[in-house]
Amino acid sequence: MKILAIETSCDETSAAIIENSQVLSNVVSSQYFHSKYGGVVPELASRAHLHSIVTIVKNALNLAHSDINEISAIAVTTQPGLIGSLIVGANFAKGLGLRYNIPVVPINHIEGHIYSGMIENEEINFPYISLVVSGGHTALFYVESFLKYQLIGTTIDDAAGEAFDKTAKLLGLGYPGGPLIDKFAKDGDPNYVNFPRAMINSGDYNFSFSGLKTAVKNYINKNFPDGVNEKILTHICASIQEAIVDVLVIKAIKAAIAYSSKYLVVAGGVSANSLLRRKFAQESALRGIKFIAPSLSYCIDNAAMIGFLAEKKIINATLDDFKRLDFTTKAYTLKNH
Amino acid sequence: METDHYITYSEEETIELGKKFAEMLKPGDIIAIEGSLGSGKTEFIKGICKFFEVQEIVTSPTFTIINQYTGKFGDEVLSIYHIDLYRIKAKNEFEEIGLLDCLADDRAIKVVEWADKANGIFPDNIYRVKITSSNVNENERIFEIQMPLQA
Repeated sequence: MKILAIETSCDETSAAIIENSQVLSNVVSSQYFHSKYGGVVPELASRAHLHSIVTIVKNALNLAHSDINEISAIAVTTQPGLIGSLIVGANFAKGLGLRYNIPVVPINHIEGHIYSGMIENEEINFPYISLVVSGGHTALFYVESFLKYQLIGTTIDDAAGEAFDKTAKLLGLGYPGGPLIDKFAKDGDPNYVNFPRAMINSGDYNFSFSGLKTAVKNYINKNFPDGVNEKILTHICASIQEAIVDVLVIKAIKAAIAYSSKYLVVAGGVSANSLLRRKFAQESALRGIKFIAPSLSYCIDNAAMIGFLAEKKIINATLDDFKRLDFTTKAYTLKNH
Repeated sequence: METDHYITYSEEETIELGKKFAEMLKPGDIIAIEGSLGSGKTEFIKGICKFFEVQEIVTSPTFTIINQYTGKFGDEVLSIYHIDLYRIKAKNEFEEIGLLDCLADDRAIKVVEWADKANGIFPDNIYRVKITSSNVNENERIFEIQMPLQA
């Protein structure tokens, strides 16, 4: 069964072809246009779904040496996301489905991330703990099957990726801030400033990163009103990174222990951070937990994870589950909130 | 044009001020908020949502761009759009993100962070909130709240 997957929930236009859990192609607009034009074309790179979608879908089919007539199902992200962006992908999928008589399977973007670690690691067994950590989301899930999972904690203000980006901005670094802080932090002392680890002992699995932003701003204003030199900058970057990663690692490990999870799967753009991967690997290994983070192309927003999950859902459910095509901007709701 | 000034000294006070401010809001209103990084824009909006009994967690929409919450206006269901233009670089992106459709929703309350990026697209009769961080006290935030010409 070949599946065409389409993802347009926020910045990226992406399409992928999946067959028997294998990714035959996975085209993501920012990377595609970057390699095609030797640099990101701003108008085409972000949220220009209407302009990019035909090119991206055709490219995904070509790279997979597939024809649209071989496609058994079209998987498409219908929630959560920007309504204007979601509608482009979902309506494109519906149109294609009508024309070629292919069923359309709606998929939740966050669920795509939750299961993305399994694309390259089929051996992962349920149940497991999944941390989805990106610019827009920071959430912990207890995952019981392809059809059942539970949100156990989320950020109450800023996502971890946003904390990286905004503190980088306060330090005068460019965008995206995460990779830049990661780079500068390599030469810095992580104990130079003891930035707050908010909610680290809150007793629940929620996160808060908004205060870090203010702490960094106040620290610079107080100690370096005329700006920081490069040496100090590396120390501050290392200290910021340490503070963010500490909270993510400690809370996720606590959850894995509390839920007796043998696996800890981290996904989303921030999981590309080198310190995060190192610390998660160390702390998990110490406790006999297997840490898994997908390759970068499955960490960022991508259609492969949407197609991968759609195939599992089709196998594990009946077609009745896919009758309704729902749009919603809502990500998830804490059960006991 | 009527402008009120308020000062807060903590996140909690900022949330309280947002809650108090929300008392005068009604469906259809637009609130344009300006203020630098870490000035408390999201906290102020948390207060607005608290007043309208939003049960969901109000988080920063910097990356998601538009968050939608469900609250209550009296016995009616109220949608609140929480919009963040921080990552928007050009005005032609407004259409892509659905900002214009959002602002046109008369039954919803629309709160916009980094509203200075969209000057010229708002109607005249909106609330404007400007937050300034203090040079004197790092916890002090000064709020200038400008009422619509005809509320």
